[in-house]
Amino acid sequence: MATSLPKTEGGPAVSRSAFRRSRGDGPFRFLSVGSGVILLAIMAAIAVFLVVKAIPALQANTSHFLTELTWNPNATKPVFGIGALAFGTVVSSFLALIISTPVAVGVALFISHYAPRRLASILGYVVDLLAAVPSVVYGLWGVTFLVPFMLGPSKFLNDYLAWIPLFGGDSVVGKSMLTASLVLAIMILPIIAAISREVFLQAPKLQEEAALALGATRWEMIRMAVLPFGRPGVITAALLGLGRAMGETIAVALIFPATFTISFRILSPNGNSIAANIANGFGEATPIGRGALIASGLVLFVITLVVNTAARLIIARRKEYARAAA
Amino acid sequence: MKYAGRLAAAAIIGVFSLAACGTDDNSGDTGAPTTATSAAGSSLSGTINAAGSSAQANAMDEWKKGFQSANTGVSVNYNPAGSGAGVQSFIQGTVAFAGSDSALNDEKGEPAQADARCKTGKAINLPMVIGPVAVVYNVPGVDGLQLSPKTIGGIFNSKITKWDDPAIKADNPTATLPSTAIQAFHRSDESGTSDNFTKFLKATADWPYEPGKAWPAEAKGQGAKGSDQIAASVKSTEGAISYVELSFAENSSLQKAKVANGSGEFVELTPESAGKTVEAAQIAGTGNDLKLKIDYATSAAGAYPIVLVTYEITCEKGLSATDLPLVKSFLTYTASDAGQQSLTGLGYAPLPASLISKVRTAVEAIS
Amino acid sequence: MTVQTGIQPLSFGRRAKDQAVRALVYLAFAIAIVPLVSVLWLVVKNGLKRFDLEFLTHSMRNIGARDAGGGAYHAIIGTLEQVLLASLIAVPIGLLTAVYLVEYGNGRRLSRFISFFVDIMTGVPSIVAGLFVLAFWILVLGMPFSGFAGALSLSILMMPVVVRSTEEMLRLVPNELREASYALGVPKWRTIVKVVLPTAFTGIVTGVMLAVARVAGETAPLLLTVFFTDSINEDPFNGPQMGLPLYVFGQSSLPQDIAIDRAWTGALTLILIVMLLNLVARLISWWRSPAKRG
Repeated sequence: MATSLPKTEGGPAVSRSAFRRSRGDGPFRFLSVGSGVILLAIMAAIAVFLVVKAIPALQANTSHFLTELTWNPNATKPVFGIGALAFGTVVSSFLALIISTPVAVGVALFISHYAPRRLASILGYVVDLLAAVPSVVYGLWGVTFLVPFMLGPSKFLNDYLAWIPLFGGDSVVGKSMLTASLVLAIMILPIIAAISREVFLQAPKLQEEAALALGATRWEMIRMAVLPFGRPGVITAALLGLGRAMGETIAVALIFPATFTISFRILSPNGNSIAANIANGFGEATPIGRGALIASGLVLFVITLVVNTAARLIIARRKEYARAAA
Repeated sequence: MKYAGRLAAAAIIGVFSLAACGTDDNSGDTGAPTTATSAAGSSLSGTINAAGSSAQANAMDEWKKGFQSANTGVSVNYNPAGSGAGVQSFIQGTVAFAGSDSALNDEKGEPAQADARCKTGKAINLPMVIGPVAVVYNVPGVDGLQLSPKTIGGIFNSKITKWDDPAIKADNPTATLPSTAIQAFHRSDESGTSDNFTKFLKATADWPYEPGKAWPAEAKGQGAKGSDQIAASVKSTEGAISYVELSFAENSSLQKAKVANGSGEFVELTPESAGKTVEAAQIAGTGNDLKLKIDYATSAAGAYPIVLVTYEITCEKGLSATDLPLVKSFLTYTASDAGQQSLTGLGYAPLPASLISKVRTAVEAIS
Repeated sequence: MTVQTGIQPLSFGRRAKDQAVRALVYLAFAIAIVPLVSVLWLVVKNGLKRFDLEFLTHSMRNIGARDAGGGAYHAIIGTLEQVLLASLIAVPIGLLTAVYLVEYGNGRRLSRFISFFVDIMTGVPSIVAGLFVLAFWILVLGMPFSGFAGALSLSILMMPVVVRSTEEMLRLVPNELREASYALGVPKWRTIVKVVLPTAFTGIVTGVMLAVARVAGETAPLLLTVFFTDSINEDPFNGPQMGLPLYVFGQSSLPQDIAIDRAWTGALTLILIVMLLNLVARLISWWRSPAKRG
């Protein structure tokens, strides 16, 4: 070791500053800070780039960008707005999150605490396979298999549960917000499940065993020792999943019927998202059209930011709790 | 798991040994003989990057095959990212020519921008491929459906909603039409096919919306992304109707409707009937710029009115020294008899003789 | 006050809850498996038709529209090179940034900025990453289309996932370990490198594999940066390459059945490659995890 212990015979407790700084500290810290700064620079550059490209389009817009529903930036008088797109992005992503998170946490718990030890690793690998499927394949599977498949259950929901506004409406099709959200849910499941699994595996064994020794059932042990410990990790995982869902481009472009309306009826042929719209419009767009698509990308950033900040506030309040208890 | 480390190493080695063996030589197993005459020691070498319309992706594949077989030192890379992306890339200077379903658009200032890219010369639109647009339907028991433009407009504007509507009956006096609901599909992504189809409707069917690459939302109907999804949707949905390139219609064995042209004659879609409409088209460009103005309401006999002409957009003068010989040679091939013949059976229509000779002259002038 | 002796039998309520949760957890796993089986079944069923040696070793050069042959070799090489390069860029930067945020950050302003921007980065749509690289690397700097440009755009997508998951894993390392190490006089950087990182190693590997799996399947950024080619290009720094997701996307948009078959086989190949990478990563992490050593 490069340092030597300072003498301690009978003296006061050793203070941190008494340690001779190792020669590696400076460069290593520099590397870490440097990496962070590089990341920051990349992100700032992307933000600047987007703003620069978006401004001419926003200036040419003859309508209010934030509330307008239609999307026609390539017309002679450009009219476009993200009203319907932002709505679709938020609804589909949150729906996907709501469907996916409980299942993902269940899967993570299964692998970390319920499955036979020998199988746990293999089962984890199997669930990770879901992440290996490329998004275009999910899109094709969604369109060829899930869309026709969902027609039956959607009709069922519409027949019996139409009093809930979500499931109401006159037209029920397979290519709906619900199907797209389901595909998104499947796509983000492995992310949430994998990270949650790693988090649960790190739960302090001492506390688990103490709970069991006191006669807790397995569920009670999990509830007392594992879940509180894992809450920040699960929230981070969910946020990563949400980010993926909001930015998913190709899979939803294939499934969404690409309408520009705001409708809470998730079984009807309505739905579009910012990213899907970019995928649909990019190949043929004029410069104004591209600028408009990029401006919609900026809105996506803002949405992601708002959601993430809100979630981080929740974690921050809990963090002292978890760290102190660890 | 004792041998975990060794297993991992074996897997990595396996992947990398795969990396060692791969080949570009696909000539052994192709059934169709190459149609280009093999030049004795063609000295051309280099790479051309091009981008644009996905409607001509198949045509490009055939041309690349013929051209690269005769000129083994050349690689042609064509990115079917869409006409708009192709034109943008051309204007930005990242590709040597662009494939586009519509000529450079004056209203958007594209000709001026493209000329700027060409520096010393001007940008020209060279029609190279005709892709007819078929109106496909899925109504069991109904063969040889006939539709007039106004009926088509009504269907796609969601005004005519059932197959036994009087307007459709009027077009088909002898057919028995069921009362199923019409499911009209349109392209959810922007496309040149939508552009040409809506232009056709605007010219012949009192279409109330501006023609464009994006389907107007007010016309309703269901969206499907890409020609492949349109074909799949029509195939799997009873009562469906849509518009799609001929090659997709043929490959999915979809039924095509006969469309009435300007003289009221119901014409079936064949390469010949599509060619007649292009023959009747006027050249709106000057000099070697062969931008066409298609008369969708043409009354030429036996002419199928819904056609899409794909242009190759390049510089008459002003291409870089490396690109020039390759682009000129490639376009000479595509405009040649051999090049045009190689497209038969792929769902394209050949350019009519009068037009192809003008195209060849224009290609000659590229310098 | 009576003192309870002996083990108390479980009340019915507690036992019922325990069994219910057990059932739910098993059910969750079953639910997760169902779509996986469905998707894999579809891909395998459609992809096996052309999954032969020819597919794996030939490119698409000179394959015309009617030719049934050809393969995805150029795309396989492209994807492997692009993903490898992207990982080489994203993993060190992501890892070190996470280290900074957890070990050196301490709520400082810079660390809060970085955290803020990483949050935004998680929501970047893949096509925007491609657009950005196109604008800066290719248009402004004048570099050619290349596999490296594609790798750059993929790394932008990988970084936030690596940062966030690594950060989470590092935070889970108990403080006692760090303090014990400091108490022994180990300098901070060595503590991080020799104690904290190895402890979090399996979790970090999982995070990295998630990021790799995601970008291996991304089409949109490749479309703009790697361009498109039918021929083999083994040089990732020069000239257009091909990628498997691009290959699948391109082939699936063509009308011919032979093209659609190739698309499914390409998808199958991609999944197999990612599975293989995942397996290798797991084996490596298993091999090197501190619990198993010695």
